[in-house]
Amino acid sequence: MDQRPVIELRGLVRHFGERTALRDVSVSVPAGATLAILGRNGAGKSTLLRILATLLRPHGGEVAVLGEPLPRRAFAVRGRLGLVAHDPLLYRDLSGRENLRYHAQLRGLEMGRVEEVLEAVGMARRADDPVRLLSRGMVQRLAVCRAVLHEPQVLLLDEPRANLDPAAGELVEPLIGRASSATRVITGHDPAAAVAEADLVLGLREGRAAFVGEPGKISDRILRELYA
Amino acid sequence: MRTARAVLRKDLLLELRTLETLPAMILFSITTFVIFHFALNRETIAGQLAAGVLVATLLFAAMLAINRLFVAEREQGGFDAFLLAPVDRTALLVAKAAALFTFLVVLEVIAVPAFALLLLGPSLGPPLGGLVLLLALADVALAVIGTLVSAIAVQTRARDLIGPIIGLPLLIPALIATARGAGPLLARHGAGFPSGRWLAILALYDVVFALLAYAVFDFLLED
Repeated sequence: MDQRPVIELRGLVRHFGERTALRDVSVSVPAGATLAILGRNGAGKSTLLRILATLLRPHGGEVAVLGEPLPRRAFAVRGRLGLVAHDPLLYRDLSGRENLRYHAQLRGLEMGRVEEVLEAVGMARRADDPVRLLSRGMVQRLAVCRAVLHEPQVLLLDEPRANLDPAAGELVEPLIGRASSATRVITGHDPAAAVAEADLVLGLREGRAAFVGEPGKISDRILRELYA
Repeated sequence: MRTARAVLRKDLLLELRTLETLPAMILFSITTFVIFHFALNRETIAGQLAAGVLVATLLFAAMLAINRLFVAEREQGGFDAFLLAPVDRTALLVAKAAALFTFLVVLEVIAVPAFALLLLGPSLGPPLGGLVLLLALADVALAVIGTLVSAIAVQTRARDLIGPIIGLPLLIPALIATARGAGPLLARHGAGFPSGRWLAILALYDVVFALLAYAVFDFLLED
């Protein structure tokens, strides 16, 4: 594994009004590694992912992704990031294929790539149905397609397997799992599963880094405290 | 331009699927003409009164589209999806203004003949070319200012209120120029072409607000 950091946070701070969502968070993620972010609801996991995705500005500290400081050089990394967020970021009244074609056009990709990812997640036959008529699991598969359409170097995955049954989970695995060879930042509602696929764990508690280290070093007591 | 074309195509496709904006604009305009017909208690109108009724109705119908212009982006994650792409953000301004301009043109293709049938005394034939030019310049102002205002309003909880509160005062100069330019066109035995003065004012207004929108639009998309 390449040890040069693809993601580097130093003393990251982010506020929402008077509430501090993240304070003094520091972590370094090497190329190809998977960082699991753990913490209860509201701990700051999604905020951190949105900062890394260039959708939110940091209010303090330093953030660098793929060697580019954010937010100053955000434009240089946008095309190399893929985000699976809580919302699928798909238009409900367009079909899955139309949504993906729109994203392919925004990124200047060949339309063949759209068919490729639809086939990969088993959605080719339902790709012409409006997104609003699809089950949550199908929408989540399309969201994964959107995120990996441009074969990003960094995957930011906010509960990426939410609403997926085991078979669908296996389908998306080559795209967003370890086999994707992307550097990954992942959150999940199941801490054991997130730790199992991580090379590095960041535990957040009320916006602070309560634990940073290898997954083998996280004890049951630390896990309980993170979710207390 | 590739990005702007992609966003515009997507917006027009969404409107074709949902029919949320254009039918409301058309219905509003025709209903307003009927209301004016009874409220003014006149069989027909002409001249400056006709111009005022037509332009004010089109302006308020445009507000319906302005209020909805960014709703899908806000409610369905379109903003985030667009901001994640490595594209020039101005493309969103260009595409949204082009979509709004298209809605206004379609509205006018239906509403102006309806106005002529329901209210207008003089024939619409002779001044049609001049009226089309005047409305096209007015539509550019509506599209550019409307896009700017809509991008601001959609970030607030009271977007239906904020749109008209900010948009209508900004559009008053365009409304005046369009109505004053259209008055002589809609008069009995009126002019066949609008005064160059009003056309120039509208064109200048379009250019100034296009430059202003280009300068500030990027900041409206920041968190």
